[in-house]
Amino acid sequence: MTIECVNPEGLRFNQMKSSSHQTLETRMRPILMKGHERPLTFLRYNRNGDLLFSCAKDHTPTVWFADNGERLGTYRGHSGAVWCCDISRDSSRLITGSADQTAKLWDVKSGKELFTFKFGAPARSVDFSVDDHLAVITTDHFVGTSSAIHVKRIAEDPEDQVGDSVLVLQSPDGKKKINRAVWGPLNQTIVSGGEDAAIRIWDAETGKLLKQSDEEVGHKEAITSLCKAADDSHFLTGSHDKTAKLWDMRTLTLIKTYTTVVPVNAVAMSPLLNHVVLGGGQDASAVTTTDHRAGKFEAKFYDTILQEEIGGVKGHFGPINALAFSPDGKSFSSGGEDGYVRLHHFDSNYFNIKI
Amino acid sequence: MEVVDIDARAAKLGIDWSQDDQSEFDTGFGNIIVVDHLPVVPKEKFEKLEGVVKKIYNQLGVIKENGLWMPVDPDTKMTLGYCFIEFNTPQEAQNAKEKSHGYKLDKSHIFAVNMFDDFDRLMNVKEEWEPPQARPYVPGENLQKWLTDEKARDQLVIRSGPDTEVFWNDTRQKAPEPVHKRPYWTESYVQWSPLGTYLVTLHKQGAAVWGGADTFTRLMRYQHSMVKLVDFSPGEKYLVTYHSQEPSNPRDASKVEIKVFDVRTGRMMRDFKGSADEFSIGGPGGVAGASWPVFRWAGGKDDKYFAKLSKNTISVYETETFSLIDKKSMKVDNVVDICWSPTDSILSLFVPEQGGGNQPAKVALVQIPSKVELRQKNLFSVSDCKMYWQSSGEYLAVKVDRYTKTKKSTYSGFELFRIKERDIPIEVLELDNKNDKIIAFAWEPKGHRFAVIHGDQPRPDVSFYSMKTAQNTGRVSKLATLKAKQANALFWSPTGKYIILAGLKGFNGQLEFFNVDELETMATAEHFMATDIEWDPTGRYVATAVTSVHEMENGFTIWSFNGIMLYRILKDHFFQLAWRPRPPSFLTAEKEEEIAKTLKKYSKKYEAEDQDVSLLLSEQDREKRKALKEEWEKWVMQWKSLHEEEKLVRQNLRDGEVSDVEEDEYEAKEVEFEDLIDVTEEIVQES
Repeated sequence: MTIECVNPEGLRFNQMKSSSHQTLETRMRPILMKGHERPLTFLRYNRNGDLLFSCAKDHTPTVWFADNGERLGTYRGHSGAVWCCDISRDSSRLITGSADQTAKLWDVKSGKELFTFKFGAPARSVDFSVDDHLAVITTDHFVGTSSAIHVKRIAEDPEDQVGDSVLVLQSPDGKKKINRAVWGPLNQTIVSGGEDAAIRIWDAETGKLLKQSDEEVGHKEAITSLCKAADDSHFLTGSHDKTAKLWDMRTLTLIKTYTTVVPVNAVAMSPLLNHVVLGGGQDASAVTTTDHRAGKFEAKFYDTILQEEIGGVKGHFGPINALAFSPDGKSFSSGGEDGYVRLHHFDSNYFNIKI
Repeated sequence: MEVVDIDARAAKLGIDWSQDDQSEFDTGFGNIIVVDHLPVVPKEKFEKLEGVVKKIYNQLGVIKENGLWMPVDPDTKMTLGYCFIEFNTPQEAQNAKEKSHGYKLDKSHIFAVNMFDDFDRLMNVKEEWEPPQARPYVPGENLQKWLTDEKARDQLVIRSGPDTEVFWNDTRQKAPEPVHKRPYWTESYVQWSPLGTYLVTLHKQGAAVWGGADTFTRLMRYQHSMVKLVDFSPGEKYLVTYHSQEPSNPRDASKVEIKVFDVRTGRMMRDFKGSADEFSIGGPGGVAGASWPVFRWAGGKDDKYFAKLSKNTISVYETETFSLIDKKSMKVDNVVDICWSPTDSILSLFVPEQGGGNQPAKVALVQIPSKVELRQKNLFSVSDCKMYWQSSGEYLAVKVDRYTKTKKSTYSGFELFRIKERDIPIEVLELDNKNDKIIAFAWEPKGHRFAVIHGDQPRPDVSFYSMKTAQNTGRVSKLATLKAKQANALFWSPTGKYIILAGLKGFNGQLEFFNVDELETMATAEHFMATDIEWDPTGRYVATAVTSVHEMENGFTIWSFNGIMLYRILKDHFFQLAWRPRPPSFLTAEKEEEIAKTLKKYSKKYEAEDQDVSLLLSEQDREKRKALKEEWEKWVMQWKSLHEEEKLVRQNLRDGEVSDVEEDEYEAKEVEFEDLIDVTEEIVQES
């Protein structure tokens, strides 16, 4: 059975019944959110799932209603591309990392800038700890400095906030960017991945390197994104080597590998179903040489367990740089090089996919 | 370790070490020749003789300073009747040897010239002739074993990255089954022989053919350093290898060397050397090298004749003696194209207009070896001609591009020759709209139909014609025209009846699978950016590939003949895909027809097998899924328990907030809900 979908923005799902391919189209209309003037870099929902925060290469992180895509406000103050953000558990604080060599703390509600962490290099990724009392910030290598992971204490009262680092971790190869660092279970570890293709687990107390991913099974090229499960038990990494890999967060055991045809820029895991989503596309320089029909800019859905592709969502006309699932798993959004955020609320067909 | 072991080990590792051994040890005397049978002269005449010899050899090459040495008997002061000459280069020495051997100085002195390096070898020849030992016959491998595959599958070879791999196309498993894989198997490309027996690889030292019963072993090597191109004769008896060297002076033509080998014995039968102009006719190919194949083989399995086209001449060689038929070439002024019939030794040739239109253009059919002109047709105001033979040699279509009256544009028509009929009748065919441009033309293999893509891009029409329909046996008639198709290339199934109308390049890989018997489209599909389409030799499957001309999407897809996608393999740096050809069937046409009629009887067996396989596959699939699910469950259990263990610590971290509450919040729950909306009482009266 094939239901042809006229709407090119539709969601395509292959129902794989042993050997026969069946395509099930759902007429899911995405909400196009145009607010950024430059390519998107990062997307994040708050814990309640009612707010969506977006970062882009323009200088203003933006917050949207995750329900209807209405723009709620912007956070003005950065003077460079914003690479990453995180929201505290109670949705009161926002932390952003930017190429202007700062990371900033914001009051979510008022949009007021609370504190600025100054670095000598662009801040690439930020992540609040389980208790929101700590934040891990990675910085790129820059004139005179090598890439590093900083741990900052976040004060309860912004008045007491200080800029000192609790801990600074140096990457073995300081010339390679650390694209993402996140907290492990119970703030005991920090998991990082970057351009040198290795995933490392560090002791968050002592700064000792505990584990490093095996070269044999690990990524072969730069790791671009890292997304962890809600319970901090496992995480997913996307890499330019055209794969995404699922790892146990405590033991760094490779559990699954998802193979696609384009470099992976962004990954996300559904909190509801056993689905992972990979987004990507070739370098901006190669984009003009391919047709949009090539499906390169699709967000591809994979079955987490079987590692098989189950479908894709088209729509962006440039590589996908950011992906995020809402905490209830009933909607997801993607951000592209094209400057758009596309917010998709799944319809009932999605939840009935059989594989 | 014995030599045999080393050989085996090397073969396993894919190293061709034995070839290196053959490279000759350079003695440094390669540029010296020995001239024998000189007159024996006394001292007085020494200088005169030396002068004569110098004069002769100076014409043939540059003699090194003091490079001529004529020994003298120390007692009699007479010369010994021979001399040594050292040239600047071994090539010159070789040339001098070839040209002056047998030179008649006078009646009694005929030069005998040898390379100095050959002397050792010649001296070692035993005086007595020994009969060669008869070696017992050892049956070779069955080189056709692949044809006896139980599942009647076909093989294909692909090259991607450094690897060359041969696969079975296993459509039941929906995956290729590997047969043989080797990194760096060839240095440029690989090619199957026309009947599929051999796979030829190209190396620095020459070409090699591979084949065998179970795996691919090297059967023979053909030494030809820096070989660039190879070509088989249609019956795969001979292999033609080509090498060209860029000249040091860019104004000169490049040097070409072509060798013809006997495939089985590995013996070189003939070699041709010369500048590139001698192997091509002017055109753009003349500078970089000759247009390949230089030698075109006559049709049929006998491999009897091959022809070469050069300026104003057609040279036809026969393979008995590897010399020209009647010892001379055919002179045809201004001939630009020749084409053999695929089955007979008939050569078609095209001569364009000359003298500004005073002399008409000509298409002629010439019988070989008699060189009798069977048929010819003069054509007027022609700009170009293309000849297309039908695969069983029954028809020849000539696409003729003619100038319109103003000479500003051209239009096309066809001249159709019926070769097998008496006197070879010719018919003229013009398209319905004769101004249409012809984009592609293709004969149905073994059939009587042809397809033409004509009209303007981007939406040309496709027409089908038949040389004999039920109503009209002697005339060509149109079957159908399909309007506005996205196609620019035609790919008939090797068994006829089905054709793929393909839109390559600008159309990004549109495919339409068309049944010409029923004149209906079976399927339309797309292989995005496809560059190559190739039917398997049985016409059951077709492969479409994206080769490395594109950066993305490299790989190939296998389709059934009716356009169902079976499987897709992605490979980066994908260079080449080639199905292994099959030799023609030994069954007679009648027998084949009979089988086609009673196909049901045979197909039952295969259908049953198909079903078994698909059951097995789904069974395996289920088991695999089950195992994966179980493994995953284990992980999830472990994570859950760890999460539970850490619960307290987490709570403390969060200042006592019961943190995990929400985690159950999003679990889907089915709630049955009953609501009493209204109650009315009604008294039903008993009647």
